[in-house]
Amino acid sequence: MSDEHENKSGYQAQSSETIHAQSSEAITGSGSGIAPDMDYVRPAELPEQDLYHPHSFIEKWVFCQDAKVIGVQYFLTAVFTGIVGLILSWLMRLQLGFPGLAGFITAEHYYQFVTMHGMIMVVYFLTALFLGGFGNYLIPLMVGARDMVFPYVNMLSFWMFFVAVVVLMASFFVPGGPTGAGWTLYPPQTILEGTPGHGWGILLMLISLSLFVIGFTMGGLNYMITILQARTRGMTLMRMPLTVWGIFTATVLAMLAFPALLVSSIMMTLDKLLGTSFFMPTILKAGEVLEYGGGSPILFQHLFWFFGHPEVYIVALPAFGIVSDLISVHARKNIFGYRMMVWAIVGIGALSFFVWAHHMYVSGMNPWFGFFFASTTLIIAVPTAMKVYNWILTLWRGNIRINTVMLWCLGFIVTFVNGGITGIFLGNVSVDVPLSDTYFVVAHFHMVMGIAPLMVIMGAIYHWFPLVAGKMLNEKLGKWHFWITFLGAYSIYFPMHYLGFIGVPRRYYEMYDSPYMTSGVGLNEFISTAAFIVGAAQLFLVFNIIKTMKTGKKAEQNPWKANSLEWYTSTVPPEHGNFGDRLPVVHRWPYDYNVPGAEQDYLPQTAAPSEVAHTEVEKT
Amino acid sequence: MHVGIIFFLIILGSVLFHIFTPWYWTDIASNWQGMDDTITLTFWIGGGVFVAVCLFMIYCLFKFSYKEGRKVEYKPEDKKLEKILTWATTLGIAALLAPGLIIWNQYVNVPKNALEVDVMAWQWGWQYRLPGEDGKLGTTKVTNINDENPFGINVDDPFGRDDILVQSDYINLENNKPVKILLRSVDVLHNWYVPQFRSKMDAVPGIVTFYWFEPNKIGEYEVLCAEYCGVGHYAMRGGVEVQSTKDYNVWLSEQETFQDLIAKNETLEFEDNKLAKNNNINLKQDIYKEE
Ligand code: HEM
Ligand SMILES: [Cu+2]
Ligand SMILES: [Cu+2]
Repeated sequence: MSDEHENKSGYQAQSSETIHAQSSEAITGSGSGIAPDMDYVRPAELPEQDLYHPHSFIEKWVFCQDAKVIGVQYFLTAVFTGIVGLILSWLMRLQLGFPGLAGFITAEHYYQFVTMHGMIMVVYFLTALFLGGFGNYLIPLMVGARDMVFPYVNMLSFWMFFVAVVVLMASFFVPGGPTGAGWTLYPPQTILEGTPGHGWGILLMLISLSLFVIGFTMGGLNYMITILQARTRGMTLMRMPLTVWGIFTATVLAMLAFPALLVSSIMMTLDKLLGTSFFMPTILKAGEVLEYGGGSPILFQHLFWFFGHPEVYIVALPAFGIVSDLISVHARKNIFGYRMMVWAIVGIGALSFFVWAHHMYVSGMNPWFGFFFASTTLIIAVPTAMKVYNWILTLWRGNIRINTVMLWCLGFIVTFVNGGITGIFLGNVSVDVPLSDTYFVVAHFHMVMGIAPLMVIMGAIYHWFPLVAGKMLNEKLGKWHFWITFLGAYSIYFPMHYLGFIGVPRRYYEMYDSPYMTSGVGLNEFISTAAFIVGAAQLFLVFNIIKTMKTGKKAEQNPWKANSLEWYTSTVPPEHGNFGDRLPVVHRWPYDYNVPGAEQDYLPQTAAPSEVAHTEVEKT
Repeated sequence: MHVGIIFFLIILGSVLFHIFTPWYWTDIASNWQGMDDTITLTFWIGGGVFVAVCLFMIYCLFKFSYKEGRKVEYKPEDKKLEKILTWATTLGIAALLAPGLIIWNQYVNVPKNALEVDVMAWQWGWQYRLPGEDGKLGTTKVTNINDENPFGINVDDPFGRDDILVQSDYINLENNKPVKILLRSVDVLHNWYVPQFRSKMDAVPGIVTFYWFEPNKIGEYEVLCAEYCGVGHYAMRGGVEVQSTKDYNVWLSEQETFQDLIAKNETLEFEDNKLAKNNNINLKQDIYKEE
């Protein structure tokens, strides 16, 4: 093995001699007192990863193997789909708030918009952004690795995702248009006449999803193995930043959940193309019996939600992790109950595979399942609540910088708690009966998995922008961006719950003049107006980025005075290989802020014990 | 400072909105008051937690906002506090889950005396079938469905003959009499939902699903389809009229049974045949004339 390493360029793979040299250096002095001993780090067991260096523009920026560039590529592609999703939501809100104003929005179009909006936002925007975007950029930096362990596969992963997005977008232009089956794609309706896009549209959707899963698997293997195998010396699992824990657990969930989506996509494709009947019972359409028979529509729902529920946590867990780190850094205080936080992340992840049928209480499955799934669902609320307590307890007796990043975190706490509480309504079987399939559900999931993770994404952008681009985003614009987005989004979704109480069903193109609904007209107009404003307010961020790149203040090396490794790279922004000649060695967890006795209010993860012998740091 | 105040106003606004909202649930018209009560309970406990968490956060903003050199607590863990919080949360959750499960138990156990109503759904409409004098519904099959047998009743099932057929989106129900809704669909998923009754269930092609309720307020209500079923989903409406026993019985006696329908079809068929024969004869005569 090591022979191969030697003749490659770039970071020299250290031959076994150098490894020995390093370790003996670390051991020298042992025996003469305690001080040198306490800095001891075990010798490196493996030679360092050697990196592939690009030879051309295309290799550097297009088919790039540097996880940081791949991260940015994922990020930009996901944001592009997010913008499409946002525009679709505007069109829907236009129809709902002001029916008939835009004559071109027919019922067919409306359902196509709902479907594409939902699928794009959940899968192509949030999942790709958190795992592909933040995951790629941050994992190697935060665990102290030079890159992902399989850079080539990582590059393929992005391009597979890219093709999936192209296929998805192509479905807007095929005969019949994109599928309008709802993002849950429930058969039999999905592939039958009567649903818009039941020909080409649904096929492209299923193909695109399959490609996404394949691409994601390549990336996911990388994230998992990098975290398990490529951590730098001293970076024990219990010293990893919670961001890494969140992304790691989410990736494991994704690797277990996405196969269910893949098989159900394939089975449905077969039902559509070859006339198999996995999900298709005997069906009578326009007076004729179709050539299907014996299949089970509910089987699809089980498969879909076996993927779909963990999917919620695939989005939520990285958000939990990131927000924990942001809160700790900007409150200048250690995260409260780190071990509890880690176990909560892992526990929530594991439990999330036992709750899927809470989406199916009124689906016609055996009603006795309700008891089991209601209990497991409410049990998940306990670790989730613990995480919330720990976030606010981290603020307590801290020294809170109220900057743009912190504002997004606070916005996250409010919207997440709000959405979490309404989740307890919906998880509690019999309470779900009147509320399921109404706007209460729409409000709930937007609050908890739309707005709350979006708050974290925004906070993360303001937090890590200096690292990625080397410049500080403008605080004043950032605050305007935050307040308009947060207040606007809250006033879209908080009152929307009450439409659900009235009984307005979701996925309704038009309410007509249902007797109890006329009172909701004004509310719908208000919600739509707020939605237009919130969407437009995102221009603050675009403008901020453009302005900052042109005239912004240059960022110092570690502008937020954070502890985790991504801020201790050899250059800012970090270059290929991340850490210069030598990988950092880690001596502590990333949350040593305001340690009693320390000179500064932070201790980098790399600070050796002998440097801080005079402090009262707890063993981590 | 400002930040704390704005967040405080948001929380205050949310609570005030909840108290004074003109948009809240429609007056209940069934026995499922327990669902509403559990929702109210969840609002108290859940809403309380929401307000408490947010107020604590706001307090921290006022009390601990950045000051150079502020003394910050360094205490990575607090076992006791974490334990208290875990148990308190578990208790709160259990208090919510218990009534939820009790009511679900009622929901899945249908009272013996419930009237069975067959609700048949298709893209995009409803029709209904009630048991006749024998009190039993006849069995059905999708493949039996045709113009003469719109419900697909098995013709040789003796229970089916006297079934009462309501070929309309509108149905009448008797006040204070429990009904067991039996749902079936001939094509895709649907869901027969009346907001005032609080209850719902999907109709799934291939199987029969059920739920029950007891209407307890005379009046007319709108039926909405609550499971996406294609472009016509939003227009798939119907209606229910809850009537006093007397009015209901009058209505019931005016409805046609499967037997009536068969008889009507036979006379129709007979007339059709006669017509056809006559036509043939006429045709033949025409042909003869030509020759
Ligand atoms: C401010 C931005 C947003 C607005 C105004 C908005 C608006 C809407 C509207 C009007 C619907 C259709 C409701 C219906 O007819 O049933 C909808 C559905 C949906 N949205 Fe959003 N949305 C936004 C952001 C998001 C985000 C960030 C997510 C990510 C989780 C998301 C996920 C979904 C999903 C999964 C559906 C359900 C689609 C379906 O019923 O098949 N939305 N949204
Ligand atoms: Cu779920
Ligand atoms: Cu429907």
